Amino acid sequence: MILDIITSGLINGSVYALLAIGFSLIFGAARIVNLAHTAFYMVASYCIYYATHKMGIHPVLAMLVAIILVTLIGLVCYRIFINPIREHEAAVLIATIALAMAMQEIMLLIFTGDFLSVPSLVSGYLKIIGVKIAYQQLLTICVALLILAGVWVLLKKTRLGLAIRSTADDREVANLMGMNESRVAMITMGVSVGLAGFAGAVVVPLTVVNPHMWMHPLIMMLAVVVLGGLGSLKGSFIGAYILGFAESLVVFLIPLGAFLKGSVALCIMILVLVIRPEGLFGVAFEEER
Amino acid sequence: MALPSRKRGRMGILGVYLRKIYTLFKGEVLILPSRIVVFLFFVIVLFLPVVTQDPYLLRILILTSIFAILAASWDLLSGFTGQVNFGHALFFGVGAYTSALLNLHALIPPWGSIPLGAVAAVVAGLIVGIPCLRLRGTYLALTTLAFPIILMGIVFAIPDITGGELGVSGLSRLSNSRLHDYYITVVVMLGLCTIMWKITDSKTGIIFHAIREDELAVRASGINTTRYKLLAFSLSGLFAGISGGLYAHFMRIAGPSTLEVSMSFTVVIWAVFGGIVTIYGPVGAVFILFPLLEFLRFWPEFRMLMFAVVILLILLYMPDGLLPWVRDKIEKECPRCKIRNIATRKACRVCTALLD
Repeated sequence: MILDIITSGLINGSVYALLAIGFSLIFGAARIVNLAHTAFYMVASYCIYYATHKMGIHPVLAMLVAIILVTLIGLVCYRIFINPIREHEAAVLIATIALAMAMQEIMLLIFTGDFLSVPSLVSGYLKIIGVKIAYQQLLTICVALLILAGVWVLLKKTRLGLAIRSTADDREVANLMGMNESRVAMITMGVSVGLAGFAGAVVVPLTVVNPHMWMHPLIMMLAVVVLGGLGSLKGSFIGAYILGFAESLVVFLIPLGAFLKGSVALCIMILVLVIRPEGLFGVAFEEER
Repeated sequence: MALPSRKRGRMGILGVYLRKIYTLFKGEVLILPSRIVVFLFFVIVLFLPVVTQDPYLLRILILTSIFAILAASWDLLSGFTGQVNFGHALFFGVGAYTSALLNLHALIPPWGSIPLGAVAAVVAGLIVGIPCLRLRGTYLALTTLAFPIILMGIVFAIPDITGGELGVSGLSRLSNSRLHDYYITVVVMLGLCTIMWKITDSKTGIIFHAIREDELAVRASGINTTRYKLLAFSLSGLFAGISGGLYAHFMRIAGPSTLEVSMSFTVVIWAVFGGIVTIYGPVGAVFILFPLLEFLRFWPEFRMLMFAVVILLILLYMPDGLLPWVRDKIEKECPRCKIRNIATRKACRVCTALLD
């Protein structure tokens, strides 16, 4: 039981962390609230399903292809639909919701609403004190943590990371210092959607693929981002594990928990916000006037 | 003016009043195309059943009116006061469920249960509003998104009372004929939207507007912004709750679909598509988009896709919303006295300043 809770908490937490950090990046660098973020994660899952089942490509290769493809789709969508209306915050919100809906409907048209599944990369399981933990679960956790470490290196150790962070800090000053703000936003969008693709790739062997699979992660991702503090990567990381574990605790310990898992996680978020309105690690900005 | 009419007797007085009303009408309504459109909208909506009583058409228009109230109430809270609410389905759902449960268990007829549902939605507005007072901007938007989901979890967890996935069904009808339903919802819609428009035009509305623009400055002027924000939450909850109650009694079911995330998003889509901070924008948007969605039912597979594509394309060219864009095309604002004029005029109708 305890091990079950720990593994499922770690998996949920890692996936939420991947999604939330991607979302935080693009929010920080370009002030875009991209509600279509998890829709890209769904598209990546479908690409992997299509490549492995219909084209017979090796799953690992399929995942790489899917991530690249989703990144390209994300950049094209950004160029066509989001970039022209970036200054209108409300319009961006609606455009991204409409984009997510459009992607969901396209997937419904191509693959119908059936629940599909992708075989795991590695079979077999580890037995610890009578609890089975599939190798796939361990692999998912490890890969997710590796990608998170990679993002950390990208942001802290490279010049691109420096540009992204400084644009997030202050767009105007970054622009004055000679960083091409719109190009940084474009690259950040690519990185962000790529991370959504990675999240889809690591989670797809453990979940069912269907066109509505983006809704629940979207809510949880938003909760994580708000809980950790908007734009704070450390906050997103820690918030993701808090809510991931909260979800799995509720599912395993409370009867009818599957219905309540979202509610409990969101209640935690609201409680934290009542005490700390800027989230766990958010910076309380001077009010912008 | 009164003297000759006394000589002519009763008919004469009536004539004078009619002429006076006509002069007022000509001066206030016919002078601006947007006012003519609003007037025609009232007339068409009220007299449509004279032309056709097709039950399907009436059904669409009833639902459209109900959602128009909802979208306008979102605009009151999020557009005017700037408290962007992504969980507007909460008010709708609370209104719907409360009036449904009261109707089913306490046997309160619709004219009693809908207002009580609205009161419950006001309470919900206060409950949401209090933790949200300290939040602003994106934090607020994303936090409010959580409330209907929490309530939905509770609804699913106590299926004995709420009916779980099936919802509460078997409510009494709004009235005994489709035509009466139509008139009830349409009159309520026109009335409530006028009230909301009047609120935004009043002193309170100006304070709401100021809170959105600069809360700190409002507080510095000695206005209790907390009270006004809570007032905005409860007013918005009241109107959304009424629409929720109407919806429950018209559909005769209150189900979890009223609380879904997609419901909250749809409201935001309507309002932003029509143009926020206008009240008439969201109403017009619902009257365009909802029948459009019904019309697209001929191609069921492509319905939502077309809907999404229409929204994306419109926003690409009119990021401020459809109706303000149209209004700016047909009307010009006088640079000197800020009064609107029809776009064909050369000089302002009040101060005769040249319009460019």
